[in-house]
Formats: sequence, C-alpha cells, structure tokens
Amino acid sequence: MSRVPLVPENIEPLPRIGESEGLVTWIGSIDHKQIGIMYVIATLVFFLIGGLEALLMRIQLMQPSNEFLSPEAFNQLFTMHGTTMIFFVVMPFLIGVGVYLVPLMIGARDMAFPRLNALSFWLFVFGGLLLYYSFFTQSGAPEVGWFAYAPLSEKPFSLNKGPTYWALGLLATGIGSIASGLNNIVTILTLRTPGMTLRRVPLFVWMILVTSFLLIFVIPIISAAFAMLLLDRLLGATFFTPASGGSAILYQHFFWGFGHPEVYILILPAFGIISEVIPVFSRKPIYGYEFVAGSTVAIGLLSLAVWAHHMFAVGLGNVVNAYFSLASMLIAIPTGVKVLNWVATMWGGKIRFATPMLFAVTFLIEFVVGGLSGVAIASAPIDWQATDSYFIVAHFHYVLFGGSLFAIFAGVYYWFPKFTGRMLSECLGKWHFWLTLIGFNLTFLVQHLLGLVGMPRRVYTYPDLPYWGIMNLISTIGAIVLAISVIIFVWNVIVSLRHGKAAGDNPWNAWTLEWATTSPPPVYDFELVPPVRGRRPLWDLAHPDVPDEKQLENRRGS
Amino acid sequence: MEKLGGIFNASSPEMAAMAGLTFYMLAIAIAILAIIVVAVAYIIIRYRKRPGDDGEPRQDFGSIRVEIIWTVVPAIIVAVLFFLTVKTMLAVDPPKGDRKPDIIIIGHQWWWELYYPNSGVLTANEVHLPVGEKWLARLESVDVIHDFWVPELFRKIDLIPGHPNHIWLVAGKPGTFLGACAEFCGAQHANMRIRVIAQTREEFDAWEKEQLRIPKTPTSGEAAKGGKIFLTEACMNCHTVRGTAAAARVGPDLTHLNTRETIGAGVLMNTSENLKKWLSNPQAYKPSSLMPNMKLSDDEVNQIVAYLGALK
Repeated sequence: MSRVPLVPENIEPLPRIGESEGLVTWIGSIDHKQIGIMYVIATLVFFLIGGLEALLMRIQLMQPSNEFLSPEAFNQLFTMHGTTMIFFVVMPFLIGVGVYLVPLMIGARDMAFPRLNALSFWLFVFGGLLLYYSFFTQSGAPEVGWFAYAPLSEKPFSLNKGPTYWALGLLATGIGSIASGLNNIVTILTLRTPGMTLRRVPLFVWMILVTSFLLIFVIPIISAAFAMLLLDRLLGATFFTPASGGSAILYQHFFWGFGHPEVYILILPAFGIISEVIPVFSRKPIYGYEFVAGSTVAIGLLSLAVWAHHMFAVGLGNVVNAYFSLASMLIAIPTGVKVLNWVATMWGGKIRFATPMLFAVTFLIEFVVGGLSGVAIASAPIDWQATDSYFIVAHFHYVLFGGSLFAIFAGVYYWFPKFTGRMLSECLGKWHFWLTLIGFNLTFLVQHLLGLVGMPRRVYTYPDLPYWGIMNLISTIGAIVLAISVIIFVWNVIVSLRHGKAAGDNPWNAWTLEWATTSPPPVYDFELVPPVRGRRPLWDLAHPDVPDEKQLENRRGS
Repeated sequence: MEKLGGIFNASSPEMAAMAGLTFYMLAIAIAILAIIVVAVAYIIIRYRKRPGDDGEPRQDFGSIRVEIIWTVVPAIIVAVLFFLTVKTMLAVDPPKGDRKPDIIIIGHQWWWELYYPNSGVLTANEVHLPVGEKWLARLESVDVIHDFWVPELFRKIDLIPGHPNHIWLVAGKPGTFLGACAEFCGAQHANMRIRVIAQTREEFDAWEKEQLRIPKTPTSGEAAKGGKIFLTEACMNCHTVRGTAAAARVGPDLTHLNTRETIGAGVLMNTSENLKKWLSNPQAYKPSSLMPNMKLSDDEVNQIVAYLGALK
C-alpha cells in the first residue's frame, strides 16, 4: 500500500546552532524541549506581572472608597490582568508543556513541524510584547476588560491606542496558537511510536489533541473579530458600532464563540496533567481510561455550542436562553464523569503525598467548587443575578486558578525533574502548597457572597454597604498570602535549579515514555524507545508477568 | 447585626423566584461537594501509603457499570434543574405582548436617564415606582453597553445601543433599593449607581405631579444670579431646566434636582454642602466624568446652588 506521508521524512538535517549553551542556542532553537522550556520561562514572567496587577487591584479594593489607584489605572490593571493570565500564562504554559511532553510521551523525536513550533512560540512572545508596549504609549494600556466589548472598545469611546495594541497582540499570539494546534494534531496522529495506538496514548496527549482541535476551530473566530475591530478603529469601518449601522451584539457572539471553548482550552490540558499525576501517585492505572478520553471529546464538542450563556443579560429571549442553559448544564455530565474517575483512581491505591499529588488532590476539590457554581450560572435565572458580579469572579477563579493553576503547579512539581534533572525542594514545595491553598480560598471563597449581595465586578471603588468592606478586606489578605506563596515558589525554582537533588530518569516511578529517557532528555529524546504494548510501557517493563494488556484481557474474560 | 442585602433580601415576587432557585441549586451543590470532600478525605486517610509498604496495590482499570451509574445520576439532576430553570425563567420574564413601556431607562456614560412616557416625567438616577404594580421597562443606551441591576428587585438586563430590551419591574414592598451598572462601561463604571424608590400609589402620584411642575425662575437675590450663570456659562450646553432656554439632554435634567437623594449618579448625597463641592470640581469626586471642572468662583458656586435649590 503506497501512501503519501503527511509528514515527509527529513532529508536535510535540521539547523542547529552549535552545541554551546549560549543564548543564541535557545533563540535559534527548533528543539521541542528547548521551545517548551522557553514557553515555561516566558509564562512565568507573565505570571509574575499578571499577579502583581492582581495584587495592586486587591490593595485598591481593600476598603470602601479607597484612593490608592485612579479609576483609569484600575481599569487598565484588570484588563491587563485578565488578558495576561488567559492568553500569556495559562494558555501558553499548557501549550508549552504540551510541546515539551507530547513527542516524549508518544516516543517521537520532535514535533511534526519543528520550525512552525518555533514560529508559534515567537509569535506568542511578540504578541505579549505588543500588548505590554501599550503601557508605554501616551494614554497607557487598554481599559476595556479582557473581552473588550464593542462599542466601548471602539474609537469614539476608547480614543487611546490601548485596544489597538491589545487586538494586534492577541492576533499575533492567536496565529501562533493555530499553528500550535495544527502541529500538535499532526504530531499526535502521525508520529506515534509503533504500538502506541490512540487507545494507548497517555491521557495528557488525548487532552492536548482535543484542545488542539478546539484551537484550530475557535481561534479563527476571534482573529476575524479582532481584524474587524482593527478595521473599525484604524480605517473607519463600522462592524461593531451601532451608531453607524454596526452591531454590538455581533461582537459578543464572535467573542464568546471563541471565549467559551477557550475556557476548555485552558482546562483540558490541566485535566491531562491531573490524569497523569493521580494514577502515578496512587500507584494505580487511571480508572475508566476510555471514559476519561471520551468525556473529553464530549466536552470539546459541547463547548462549541454553549457560548451564549455568557450573554444571558443581553436579552436574546427565553427560547435562546433556555437552549443555552440546557446545553451548558449538559457539560456537567462529562465533567462529573472525569472527577469521579479521578476519585476512583485513588480509591484502593497506595497514595504518596508528594507535592505534585497535594496540588492534584486539591485541584479536585477546588475545581468541583468552580464546576458546581458553573452549573448554577448555566441556569439563566440564577445568572440574571450572578453575571457580571463578584460571583462570576469567584466562579472563574475557582475554575482557572483552583482548576488550571493548581494543575499547572502539580505539573511543574511532577515534570521539573524531567525538564532539569533536579528535584524541586519538597519542603519549600509544601510551604508553597499550603500558602497557595489558604491564600486562594481566602481570596476567592468570600467573593461568591460578595456577588450575591450585589457587588458588580470591574469596579474600582464601592460604597460602604453592610459587610462589603470586611469581605473585601478578607479577599485582599488572601491575595497577600498568595503573593508570599508565589515568592516561595520562585525561590524554590531558583534554588532547586542549582542545588536540587539529582532526579535520575524516573524519580516518581511513573509509567509513561518520557520517564524512560534521561533527565533532562538528550537532544534526540530517546536512545531507544521501549516497546509499547499497553498504556503503561514502563509498568509493562517492570512487571513482565502482569502487563496491562494481559490484566485487561483477564478482566474482559471474567 | 445588619442584614445582608442582594439575593438575601429579595423584595419582589420575581426576585423571590430567582433567589429560591439559587438557594435550591446551592443546596444541591453543597450536597455534591460534601460527597466529594468526604470521599476524598476518606481516601486520603484510608489509602495513604504506609511506611514500609512498598508493594503495588491491586490494579483496577474501571468498570462500565459504574461509569453508566455516574453518567445517569448527574443527567437526572441536570434534567430537574433545567425544568426549574425554565419554570423560573417564564415566571420572571413572561412575554410582554403589545404592552407599551411604563418607563424608559436610557444608559449614558455614567448616569441613568429616566423617562415616564405616560406622564412625561424626565428625571435621572432614581427610579420611582409604585409598590405592587407590574411595570414594563424599556432599556436603551446612547453610547456603550450598560447593565441595569438592582439586586433586591429585578433581574439584570443589558442596555445595548441599537438593541432595546424590556423587563418587568415589580417592587413588593416600599423602600429605597440600591443598584448599579453591572456591565463595564468605561472609567466611571463604578460610580454609575442607581436607586429605586418604591412608594405607595399616592406618594408616587404626588411625586409625579411635583416633577411635572414647571418651576418659577427666581427673579431676585443669589438664586437669580445663579440662574443667569446657568444660562450664560456652559451649564445649559448639557443640562435641562424646564421653563428656561436650557434644554440639552447630554447630562441629567436638573429641573427638580432638589427632589433627588444623590448627585453624580450616587457619588454624593444631595445636600447643598455636597452640591457646592461637586460644582467646585466634579473631577475630584468622579474623575473622568463628562462634567468638566468649570473653574467657578466660590460665589458663583453658591449662586448656582441657590438657583437649583430655588427651583420648586
């Protein structure tokens, strides 16, 4: 059978700039591991900036009628905080870790398109620089919120250059993300080592695959909207300006048509991390592999059809609202299946509570809180009170911080030894964990209540109504605890890079292929890819008498 | 102990329905969360690795029967919630038919213009509403998207340029209810506050009558001087005082400002002291507000305050 290969065999050697450890080796690199590490470093920088922005906001909101920040400064900060954390921290971190791990997990030498991989990364960096350059323009950063609703983001209402830089930056990053999505899909579909069928790839790879399809489906929607917004702002078009015949609601459909699947782009790879960490530290295979993978596909598909639950206050009518309520609630089912499978994975295990597992177990609880409040606001009449209030702020921080970020920390502590060859300090790791746990819940739990008593989001000041001051103060104290936890984390990374315990190839006694090679892996990834005859190649190697496939067969037989 | 506001002080039948659904959902959520927390806590204690126990546990790959159970149970919960959602939705938002609006609420950067089409009253920032009557509001915006939110009384609804919306307004009991713009609308989004004054039909009729009266222009003293300044300085370019040449609708109608509780859409309580502060420099209290600092002298400020106070 002759087939045209999707990825042609490399005939020319890939360019490589010397073997020295100079900066130029990194900048010129097309090695997936180096690019992955650069993603992680860049997102850490953006994380510190975005965190500082949040801290400044919390200081302003510490008490009613505070005058620490001007309204303009506050409005710039929440716009930049949201944009940074979503587009320049969580999303690129997960893409970056994917770029690092996917080829290793499937036993490949590199991504399918190494140069495109580098292009994606540098477009992301370029987009971030464009966005942050807006701070240095005359009138500062954009003051439009991370969703930049038209017509507020249009020329008559935002005369400063902020929204222009914002749209250009996100457009650049978005093109990079589409390329990453394509690159991942082709890599996962074509470069798996023999024996690594799609029913055997690690769940992290499954999650990256579904996420990548979402990327290529939805980033073009928002890129089109950004292009239209730029046409409006720079060339006097009127796509989103009702005063001259455009539609303000159209922008919202574009934005959330992208924006809701984006939430799953931010959480599915986090699910992937959890699906790797929990089994390894419970010493059991994932419970219901097919259901964890299948429910991800269900979530991916559903996520494309629920966007207008962000628009229940727009006045789309009862029929539309009812449909979007139902569709959104349905997502709870596959998500619940996942959570229960993770719990079942721990059941009957021998659980080691190293730092990655601490973050992973806590993820379960925090994410369930965010998921349940998500089901609540999927109900339009509940959302008619909750939307655009602090309840929403609490909800999405439980999903994106309690969910994505806790998973990211689990992943950092889990794979740091593989990336660097050294372990992160467990002692500092535990300090980091407990302070994050306490700070996070102090900051955001009370915000549910703040929203329900009527505090709108995105306000730089608020009146002294009963309990508003004390609830905001609690939240601010939580933010300060979080700031301390981040300092400890950064300190841990810096110290462990130099003095961390040597990791060895497989410090956690894990089962997926990335742990079969050295830490850090050589440029060519593997001397020899172990044979893959099941989902856990390294388990099979260690237990030739009870390989996974045999156990599965016995179960089917019984 | 002061009472919690918002959803905990639902003051209309519509709000009571929404709050009821929210508390019902909250109870289900807490029950589910409790199950997960207890299960995880049990697992943490029961299945923690004991020192010295280095063997691998039994390898369990899953069970299709269990998967089906925990797919079907949440599906039933979702079905119940969806039924309650639709029921509440129809109770809060029944079709308006061909009913004409009783009040038109128009969003401006950063204040609310209120028009009562049946009587012709035009006011700002404070909605007067007769208790127990079911009113239809039409909501519009002249600039960006705003959102009308009075948490103890009504559902939230956006004010969107080019897309008028309608909601029902019912106040179940008399009182003053605070609200705010809930859609980010620019620099002073935080100070785009609204209050609803629910009153008996008699009180409402009296208020409406008072609002409709065209005040006599003061002819002597400080107030007369203030009136002159109002018409010669830039005030009249943005504001209306009925019975005079000032008829612009860029800023709030000031004809009966002295009957309102607040100034600047809730930034300051409406006292003559505060009005003086506000007129001396609005930007100090509402930075970036569209009302500029007119650089009035203290005398001029006093005269304008006297003028606005004399309009009755």
